[in-house]
Amino acid sequence: MDYKKTRKGYVDGLIALAGEMPHVVVLDADVAKATQTFEFEAVYPDRFFNCGVQEQNMLSVAAGLALEGFIPFASTFGVFATCRAGDQLRNSIAYPNLNVKVGATHCGITTGGDGASHQANEDIAIVRSFPNMTILVPGDYEEARQATLAAARMKGPVYLRFGRDSYPVVPEIHGSFTIGKALTLRKGKDITIISTGIMVTEALQAADDLAKEDVSVRVLHMPTVKPLDEEAIIAAARETSGIITIEEHSIIGGLGEGVAGVTSSACPVPVYRIGMPDVFGESGQAQELLDKYDLRASHIKRITFQHLKKYHGSTGKI
Amino acid sequence: MQSTMDISFLQSKALKIRKQILTMVHRAKSGHVGGSLGATDLLVSLYYHAMQHDPTRPNWPERDRFILSKGHCTPVLYAILGDCGYFPEMDLETFRRPGSHLQGHPFQPKTPGVEASTGTLGLGISTALGMALGAKLKGQTQHYYILCGDGEIQEGQVWEAAMFANKYKLENVTAFVDRNYLQTDGYSEDIMPLDPLAPKWESFGWKTYEIDGHDYEQIIHTIATGKQHPGPVMIIARTTKGKGVSFMEDKVEWHGTPPDDESFNRAMTELNSQ
Repeated sequence: MDYKKTRKGYVDGLIALAGEMPHVVVLDADVAKATQTFEFEAVYPDRFFNCGVQEQNMLSVAAGLALEGFIPFASTFGVFATCRAGDQLRNSIAYPNLNVKVGATHCGITTGGDGASHQANEDIAIVRSFPNMTILVPGDYEEARQATLAAARMKGPVYLRFGRDSYPVVPEIHGSFTIGKALTLRKGKDITIISTGIMVTEALQAADDLAKEDVSVRVLHMPTVKPLDEEAIIAAARETSGIITIEEHSIIGGLGEGVAGVTSSACPVPVYRIGMPDVFGESGQAQELLDKYDLRASHIKRITFQHLKKYHGSTGKI
Repeated sequence: MQSTMDISFLQSKALKIRKQILTMVHRAKSGHVGGSLGATDLLVSLYYHAMQHDPTRPNWPERDRFILSKGHCTPVLYAILGDCGYFPEMDLETFRRPGSHLQGHPFQPKTPGVEASTGTLGLGISTALGMALGAKLKGQTQHYYILCGDGEIQEGQVWEAAMFANKYKLENVTAFVDRNYLQTDGYSEDIMPLDPLAPKWESFGWKTYEIDGHDYEQIIHTIATGKQHPGPVMIIARTTKGKGVSFMEDKVEWHGTPPDDESFNRAMTELNSQ
């Protein structure tokens, strides 16, 4: 299996865009080597602005550039973009619905060794609650690249969520990236797994393992967390007996709650949310932390069997 | 808009604007009169003299911009935009009412003539600098004017912005601090001291002037002089909060409290006698 960085997909997308869209500019807040935007700077030094350690100023400056017709990509770590500069994201960008793209890297527990202070596990929850925002959480390098292109081509504020680590390349999600559309990666009728971001690999692993035990699993990949593909969610709720969501984010306010919010009124079915529990993370290697907090295919399988037993009295035969 | 300085014209505009401020806030029973009255002479100097703008073309790309970073002083901005003709003056009656385009704090998408959405303090100056940087990238020569409150500049973001303007040598920026020494909770030097203020801005790389913010000749002359400087300019304008209404002057109580009927009538009687 190949591994590549989603943040590298971001900068490769930016460099591809710069040639065709002269108003694309990139800002960073002294983490260009980490976000990878230093590669953009090397090619387009006149369209790159390093704001220093000033996330708040950077987001408001980006708003000003958007008011002058530019398409600014403001780049920093997710925890800074949403918590340190949450006011600027809300009031300078989301409220006036400006055409600013926020490229947030180092999101989720796989940020690893830097520990809880730097692991954005609540960023989706914060941004989902701001009107006008679109949230894209790509699952691998290529989807990250495509999400970056799609963000530039739509009008309005977008929060792009990337990780720090290298993640498996998932060829099945390399189609035409359409904002707001889920990808059906496995057709199935017993239960549905909905993943966002890098959790797509765990979802596919679980589905393939379960298929061997005669459980028919639908897998939906949702790189757009806002607006959610409600049609796909409601169809899954109607056509399968339950939904398991998995995200590298707190179980509060993220994909899982979004999905449950849709089903609870449209078609109530059990929705099991896998994600970071309501605790702060800690230092460790990415894979160790995914194990510790059980963001794994094995967790999906365990819940699947519990669900099937409870609702169908069996371990897979419906 | 005017090429020659006509002080009596500016004075007559300021009088009209001050009456409008009181009327708007009294009617809405909500809003900020003290800071709006205090900043009136600065905004009158900009909109009726220093700035190149055209109310019939609010989106003219090369217009000068004014960004109200101290966003709570919408009464003075809206009164002037209405007087200039950016929208019908009768709209001012809807200030802070449901459905109005005149929100409590400036909201650029809705209000013709409002250049940036501001409100939480410190955001407006950064947004204005982003606009000024964008103009330079496009090779445009219009000027960007910013008004910050003195309380506002206690926000850390303002000093981030101060560094940023210096780094990018934004010579198309002239900012003002509305130095009235009063903020919501009291005297600024008790709440969080700012003095000596001019050396702070100088040390951040801004050409800094200190003036009387009610003296039109000084305001206009300093703006013109500052525009020759090849970098960002800060004008610390000493003002009197509540200026023009004797019992409101220099009284922190008039920061965010709307006048009741009696106070409103007293204030209007005083202004009408000028």
